[in-house]
Amino acid sequence: MEALQSLMQGFAILLTFDKLSLMVIGILAGILVGVLPGLGGPNGVAILLPLTFGMDPTSAIVFLSCIYWGALFGGAITSILFNIPGEAWSVATTFDGHPMAQNGQAAEALTAAFTASFFGSLVAVLLITFLAPSIASFALKFGPPEFFAVYFLTFCTFVGLGKEPKHKVIVALVVGLLFGGIGMDTVSGELRMTFGFVELLKGVDFLVAVIGLFGISEILLTIEQKLAFHGKEARIRLSTVWRTWLSLPRYWATLLRSSAIGCWLGVTPGGAIAASFMSYNVAKQFSKNKDSFGKGQIEGVLAPETAAHAAGTAALLPMLALGIPGSGTAAVLLGGLLVWGLQPGPLLFVEHKEFVWGLIASMYLGNLVGLVIVLATVPLFAAVLRVPFTIIAPMIIAFCAIGAYAVENSLFDVWVMLVFGIVGYVFKKLDYPLAPMTLALVLGDRAEDAFRQTMVGSYGDVTVLFKSPLSGTIMLIGLLLLFWGPLASGASRLFGRGRPASEPRPVE
Amino acid sequence: MTTKAVRTLACVTLCLAAPQAMAFEPSKPVEIVVPAGAGGASDQMARMLQNAVQQNKLMTSPVVVTLKGGASGAEGLIDMKSAQPDGHKFIIAQSSIYTLPLSTNVPFDWRDLTPIAIIALDQFVLWNNATSEDKSVASLLATAKAKPLKMGGTGSKREDHILTSFVEQKSAVKFAYIPYKSGGEAATQLVGGHTDANVNNPSENVAVWRAGQVRALCVFDNKPMAYNTKVTQDLSWGDIPTCRSQGLDIEYTMPRAIFIAGKSTPEQVKFYVDLFKKVAETKEYKDYVSNQALTPALLTGKDMVTFLETDEKKHRELMDTAGFLLKK
Repeated sequence: MEALQSLMQGFAILLTFDKLSLMVIGILAGILVGVLPGLGGPNGVAILLPLTFGMDPTSAIVFLSCIYWGALFGGAITSILFNIPGEAWSVATTFDGHPMAQNGQAAEALTAAFTASFFGSLVAVLLITFLAPSIASFALKFGPPEFFAVYFLTFCTFVGLGKEPKHKVIVALVVGLLFGGIGMDTVSGELRMTFGFVELLKGVDFLVAVIGLFGISEILLTIEQKLAFHGKEARIRLSTVWRTWLSLPRYWATLLRSSAIGCWLGVTPGGAIAASFMSYNVAKQFSKNKDSFGKGQIEGVLAPETAAHAAGTAALLPMLALGIPGSGTAAVLLGGLLVWGLQPGPLLFVEHKEFVWGLIASMYLGNLVGLVIVLATVPLFAAVLRVPFTIIAPMIIAFCAIGAYAVENSLFDVWVMLVFGIVGYVFKKLDYPLAPMTLALVLGDRAEDAFRQTMVGSYGDVTVLFKSPLSGTIMLIGLLLLFWGPLASGASRLFGRGRPASEPRPVE
Repeated sequence: MTTKAVRTLACVTLCLAAPQAMAFEPSKPVEIVVPAGAGGASDQMARMLQNAVQQNKLMTSPVVVTLKGGASGAEGLIDMKSAQPDGHKFIIAQSSIYTLPLSTNVPFDWRDLTPIAIIALDQFVLWNNATSEDKSVASLLATAKAKPLKMGGTGSKREDHILTSFVEQKSAVKFAYIPYKSGGEAATQLVGGHTDANVNNPSENVAVWRAGQVRALCVFDNKPMAYNTKVTQDLSWGDIPTCRSQGLDIEYTMPRAIFIAGKSTPEQVKFYVDLFKKVAETKEYKDYVSNQALTPALLTGKDMVTFLETDEKKHRELMDTAGFLLKK
């Protein structure tokens, strides 16, 4: 098999002392930037890019992609321990990861997150190895209607499958859409809702908002609840890692389903974020323990992490094969490729075989090395929770502020973060869900662009969304999920298996 | 400890040197502001400059790149406008220095900054999908007359949109202009058949052109590009005919211009003008312009200002006809 042979050549290139040590250094640096919220993958890679100018392209990409893997792993750490997502796609990990940490299961949550990440990446790399050319051309099928359909589907899984009251989900979505609309509008080229503030030109940065919504609001709530932080009761041993591993095979269905969602969405640009949210909701819907989601359910950590990493890895494929970056970090790597004199695009696989297969081999090795390194550090990171809250809280706030500043080197963003901290606090007090709002913040703008691009192209004909087989199918699945509740209860009534009266289904 | 020592040493040297030498030299990292997203043409140029300066040791201070691409680059322009005139920051600007303030409420005027040099001119090419039946400009325009075609481009009321409207004015056809976030996106959307044509810069479409997925119909300049090495199987950049020769009388290019903060000193200006003169001699720069099919140029001082003023006037007229000007 040709792919296998090329892959072996790739491994042969990598298994030298200097390449392996570059990998370890890259992963350690990546975990470090991943742990700092705001710094994240794209910034970390951008800062370290000049270091690679003197290297040959293969060493350079191995180093940078290992930073990427490290950052992907690192992003989960702060999400679980402090409820601060380091990357946009770690948001869904906080939903159950942080409650687990609060219940004293930090080590289990971290182990689950890392292992799930590894699994997701592995599935995606296998996909890249054997199906690269045909998968890459799949990305080309996505025009504005198809993009809109994918975003629509993501929104639908929220409204349809969430267990929160529907009106609250919709209110949260709308608030998010409103914040997302601030700044320059791509389709008309005009400014919206900036009220003369030049700082608002660029809009609300998603990461800044998320650091406030999750990190700051969490601290505010904890302070209110008598400074209770239950993590310190956690008993942390390396054996926890083994115990968690032994329990994982039980969740094979979640892992496979999430990998599939991740791979599918990863090849469409911007998909990693949608993937993590969608896979969380789908896992919740199909789980036997539906009601314990959000309170520290291990599947709630496995699902988004697997999907995000499958998507994050698959996102490199359209970058290499088509030159479209699927994520922020992929975009920086793309800039790197050009500096090293490589032109991403359909010919890269033909003209620079050594480079491409070196990179693919480094995906296998880098993830494996990464997994070993992060698992070894689980007890260390989990031990952070034993530090008394009065000491750790100011540190977290400082961390958040630095993170918000680092996103764009802007002091104004620190204020934005604080405002969102208060918004998040109010949402939690009133029992409104934060997730739909963050989703709308990050995808609302893109969904709007895609919709209006579609309308420009079709001269205002909405039915075009259902005309192409791809967008039509995705739209139908979306509508099906949107009305899942009423449909499911209708179906069960039809087949004479009525639900117990104590569990009424909300009907729109 | 070491950093402190170095700093003290630097200060001592600086303080001692100050009275004798008037020449300016950056004393801390120099920041390149890129008013565009990661991986785009400006970002690539910044990486090239960073590399050229580093490899040829043109400057002792390190160079860092900051991406400020929010609001179609307005974020970067505003950032540069509020920068201190200490000579440690420059921006890689393009036509958006006039198109943005002309079409939106962005409080910016390029005269607020100090011009250093125009280091290259970027071309625009009319492209369509390689599988399309229309193999010439005339044929494309005829098809567009019969049924509306979709033209993809970057942003709204910016270069691509203005040029599209220019084409519409000259040929009396109408396109449905679809704005995307980047040239890369416009390129893949053309390949995927979601649009029928675009007016991307050579660098934005070179990958898909080489792969035989798009067709170059004409270049919007007064003469063909000066690059004769084969890029695709049988064509070089120089083989693309001018649009004028194809019956579409339009010239449209885009300057890549360097500015430093407003109110900078003549010493700072001299330093950067000299720096870019040296950069233009490096192998990195020469490779870069030929890879990206840019027209090498080096306009400084009065020449640069005259160029920008003429170009701004041209944009004002074009945007007025197209109805893109901000209604006050």
